[in-house]
Amino acid sequence: MARKLPAKDVVIIGLGWTGSILAYELADAGLDVVAIERGPWRNAATDYPPGYAADELRYRIRHKLFLRPEQTTFTFRNKMNQTALPIRSWGAFMPPNGVGGGGVHWNAETWRFLPSDFVARTHLTQRYGASFLPEDMTIQDWGVTYDELEPHYDRFEYLCGTSGQAGNVKGQIIEGGNPFEGPRSRPYPTPPQDQPFSHTLFGKAARDLGYKPFPQPSGNLSHAYQNPLGVRLGPCTYCGFCEWFGCGNYSKASPQTTILPALLRKPNFSARDNSEVMRINVDGSGKRATGVTFVDTDGNEWEQPADLVILSAFTIFNVQLLLLSKIGKPYDPVSNTGVVGRNFTHQTISDVTSFFDPAKFIFNPFIASGAIGMCIDEFNGDNFDHGPHGFVGGGYMGQVQTNGRPIETAPVPPGTPLWGAEWKKAVKENYQSALKPGTGVHGSMYSYRDVYVDLDPTYKDRFGRPLARITMDFHDNEIKQNAFLTDKFAEIFKAMGARQVVKEYRKAPYDVTKYQTTHLCGGAIMGTDPGTSALNRYLQNWDVPNLFVMGASAFPQNAGYNPTGTVAALAFWAADAIRTKYLKNPGQLIDA
Amino acid sequence: MTFQNKGDIMIHRRKFLISAALWFTGTTSLTRASVISGHMPWSPFPMSPPEFVRPGPWQFFTVDEAVAIEAIVDRIIPADPETPGGKEAGCAVFIDRQLKGPYGSGAGLYNRGPFIKGTKEQGPQSPLTPAELYRKGLAGIDKYCKANLGGKTFAQLSPDQQDDVLKKIESGEAKFEEVDAQGFFSALLKDVPEGFFSDPIHGGNRDMVGWSMIGFPGIRYDYRDWVHRHNERYPHPPVSIAGRADWTPHKA
Amino acid sequence: MRSVVATVVALAVIAASSGTAVSTGSQDFATVERGRYLADAADCKSCHTVPGSNRPFAGGRPIETPFGTLISPNITPDRDTGIGDWTDDEFDAAVRHGRTRNGAYLYPAMPFPYYARMSRDDVEAIRTYLNTVTAVHSDVRGNQNQLPFPFNIRTAMMAWDRLYFKPGEFQAHTDKSEEWNRGAYLVQGPGHCGACHTPKTVLGGDESSKLLRGYALQGWFAPDITSGQGSLADWSADDIVTYLKTGHNQHAAAAGLMGEVVDLSTSKMHDDDLKAIAVYLKDVSGSARPTGATADPNVLAAGGAIYQDLCSACHAADGKGVPNMFPDLNETATVLASDPTTVLRVILQGAQSVATDKEPTGPAMPAFGWQLNDGQVAAVASYIRDRFGKKASGVTEQQVQKMRSQLAASRN
Repeated sequence: MARKLPAKDVVIIGLGWTGSILAYELADAGLDVVAIERGPWRNAATDYPPGYAADELRYRIRHKLFLRPEQTTFTFRNKMNQTALPIRSWGAFMPPNGVGGGGVHWNAETWRFLPSDFVARTHLTQRYGASFLPEDMTIQDWGVTYDELEPHYDRFEYLCGTSGQAGNVKGQIIEGGNPFEGPRSRPYPTPPQDQPFSHTLFGKAARDLGYKPFPQPSGNLSHAYQNPLGVRLGPCTYCGFCEWFGCGNYSKASPQTTILPALLRKPNFSARDNSEVMRINVDGSGKRATGVTFVDTDGNEWEQPADLVILSAFTIFNVQLLLLSKIGKPYDPVSNTGVVGRNFTHQTISDVTSFFDPAKFIFNPFIASGAIGMCIDEFNGDNFDHGPHGFVGGGYMGQVQTNGRPIETAPVPPGTPLWGAEWKKAVKENYQSALKPGTGVHGSMYSYRDVYVDLDPTYKDRFGRPLARITMDFHDNEIKQNAFLTDKFAEIFKAMGARQVVKEYRKAPYDVTKYQTTHLCGGAIMGTDPGTSALNRYLQNWDVPNLFVMGASAFPQNAGYNPTGTVAALAFWAADAIRTKYLKNPGQLIDA
Repeated sequence: MTFQNKGDIMIHRRKFLISAALWFTGTTSLTRASVISGHMPWSPFPMSPPEFVRPGPWQFFTVDEAVAIEAIVDRIIPADPETPGGKEAGCAVFIDRQLKGPYGSGAGLYNRGPFIKGTKEQGPQSPLTPAELYRKGLAGIDKYCKANLGGKTFAQLSPDQQDDVLKKIESGEAKFEEVDAQGFFSALLKDVPEGFFSDPIHGGNRDMVGWSMIGFPGIRYDYRDWVHRHNERYPHPPVSIAGRADWTPHKA
Repeated sequence: MRSVVATVVALAVIAASSGTAVSTGSQDFATVERGRYLADAADCKSCHTVPGSNRPFAGGRPIETPFGTLISPNITPDRDTGIGDWTDDEFDAAVRHGRTRNGAYLYPAMPFPYYARMSRDDVEAIRTYLNTVTAVHSDVRGNQNQLPFPFNIRTAMMAWDRLYFKPGEFQAHTDKSEEWNRGAYLVQGPGHCGACHTPKTVLGGDESSKLLRGYALQGWFAPDITSGQGSLADWSADDIVTYLKTGHNQHAAAAGLMGEVVDLSTSKMHDDDLKAIAVYLKDVSGSARPTGATADPNVLAAGGAIYQDLCSACHAADGKGVPNMFPDLNETATVLASDPTTVLRVILQGAQSVATDKEPTGPAMPAFGWQLNDGQVAAVASYIRDRFGKKASGVTEQQVQKMRSQLAASRN
């Protein structure tokens, strides 16, 4: 009983980072664009001003800005022989909801992947031999190279005003930057953020150990900045309420602070908030999307016809919508056929908590930003010889502590009771002199045959649609990788002068109650072979050429970095392909 | 010929422009679908300012429950000469208001069945809301104490005895009939420190005692002058969303 | 080729003779463009259009006056309900003399005392442009005005006009530059800046000895924009141009009513016209700022504490803000002004600065009225006015309370 709306040229599902990038690019090309966002509009002055944004209970503990599981959630199991059960309350990851998506409450850690990450299978096979890779590891080459994406990484960084220190400009290695990074065409648009005490100390200790530390590339800006769209950002004030929180003073890069003010001035763009897309509609042939059907808050169903559909709803929702709309062959791990749902990954995170002499160290942990920290990249990707170690992959590591918020970050030494007078005393004694980086070891997670997404047979959302079901566990490769990296990480804190260093290795089984970043990837991956990917190298759906699917769902495996930089670069890359190739000649861009 | 509001004649053609300015900016809401185009939506007031807990009678706990929870929070976080304990800090008030609100009723969580107990890694699967958990838990702890400690309720025990009971619950030695005692204790270990360290507007951390204990400055937002001052104690007192004493002019 | 020319000429003739206007004004492109530009400068569209209606100039916008509500008329070329069948003389009489076509008096909600400074040529250009806008059939003539007795007696305006209406085109000052004169013409004529920025007498006419020295209207203070008071003393002519063009400059941002003026009017004007306005304004003499009482030290101390905790995240510890984003409180006219209305209003309910093509960000100041009580608002307002506003007068709790009631009343 859906009522039909006037047709648009483009309908965009989800107005987060990629939705906003595509909306701007396509509206700029003169198309009539509508974006449909499940969650509410929000912006700094009205929704997260400095007067009440810094409320740890409301935002960090009660998850006020995030999707409510009641609205929709997923089911989860470790292994295929288990029954998946609903994630009734978020833990391991925090799905976004609302205009700006995760871009509102992310940490703004803005990394590029390594050149070798995009050709992972080829590269690793060449270096170590095919038998070095576990048999059930399903990593693939992406179909696009770092060099092809470089101009688009650059575009995103200049859109955001990213603050950083370049390490490799056109092949020239620059002291103080990341010597391992792929070559960039020019330096960052603003200089790196200032580093508080503990972060500086980590950098020094790492240097003394022979590493090459560099400041983390940050979308919390070191200086006021005006981007190429004319939109301005202010300087970050190190408030320590970054991830999980909206930024109150326009200094964190988000769709609201970089794109939307310019996008909304375009008369050919409009957005609908609080409207949830139910499915992508496809014609009788199954090869052409005709638009979407969505539901508003009154429960009315609407049909939005469009010539071009951009699916940019966040990793798992992308996959779920493809499955619900019956676009593409669902992945079956048993027969190893199908593409939608395969190569699903997360991140391999661990931490090291360290305790220093309170008489000698005052860290003021509450002075920080979301992307603060000195990092080293020696153990990322294939930056080191994995031969002796028996695993592949890696990650950056750093003292990237973003906060001293007392509910979350009041470390006590192991053995301290969890309550009572001794606990209270330990919290008081250690608050100013303990360090807890958070996602200190930020390792890759490669893809496996039995880690995937499909539709749950039992549990439904409030519309009666099956929830997406996640089957995920850690494999030995990632556990080994993490142990190795965590040990290296701990050494640096020792070198800083910690009197006690506590390692928290990541261990199997994967636990959906422990937060491990929201870097969910895969499920609708890009590639060169339609037999093992859902999208071609332009993120165009192999089966339905007028459907492009944005986001980290396109990653065939996850690398050892935060994904947003690469997600955005791919969005610009796809937008460019649409503008320069697809619009001139709509249809499948690749003959496979 | 008389005029009213004489000074305003010339300018009242502008008055409509104020309401129009509001109209221009477009109204959105946190829950109602709307169309956004032409300009960034704005309204002259905050869209979701926090609610301030006001002192007053218990809103969730019964009298007996209040007595029990106040005693419990004072053992989880006991008083010491420098810093008040959980009770004086308002942890019980915090929990009372939280249980009365959406946290207590499990609002926003996925509450559809079937409810099947899974592995630890699959997360909590109980249909029990926090409100129900506390009702049963507090009833359970008093029942346990009465049965095992000479007919006394938890609050009537000595502090050492209370600690002993809590340790037994923590270890699993003490069990309640109606609810998983360890599950109740886990909730306490989360909620009580939250009451001690959350912004005072939520009912706990009274007078910011929790923050003062550790030197956390609260909702301060600008540390640009302090990023470079390494290894130096930050001297300014904490601030809550409700402000601090210095916000109100002292009488001369 | 000849047939094409003939066709074009024929079409032009047809267009000229079947136009919905009876004016004999030229329909040539250049005049229409000039008229459009002047209509933007005079901001006709904002009063004569219901916002969001997509029917520009069709009138129907309610205008509240102390006498009741006026409805702006339809000035599209519709012959029945618009001004399509007005002669040029009738149009000119309305715009520059305050008289409708049947001789009735216009209320000065229509700023004819300012438009009177315009040249006949310019008014005719505006007419020519208005003849080209889409004709809308919408009956919003004066009989829809809701003015109670005795204010519905238009003839009362006769006396007012005698006191306050000085007809006559702008006369150039021969001792001033062309640029200055152009600026003066724009400010005194189409720009009608004095309508908001000039203090009024008790009967609502301009205080002619205090031109552009600031006036409070409906919860905003349109500040002193002369060169004397210190508000714009530190602003260069370029600062003024940037402000009018983009709504922002290194010192301040336009919001609220002035934001609308930037959005619909000044951002569409040519740079050299804006420069002329700036040159003129920098030459208009003002007076020393009236002194007011400084708040007591306890109040200032409290204000300083609030400022540090809540305000410095955007406006910085030294008040300097961020150029083109967060106003520099040391150079913001409404902070320096004798009247704290704007400062109080913005603190209590926030404000969204204007977005223009060159400056699309439009940062908004959050509302603090829900978080601070009257004494605290008074304290922080007094602090910023004292510390950054070059010792501008303090603000009392009573003033804050009054502002709150005023804002609440204007919403209902």
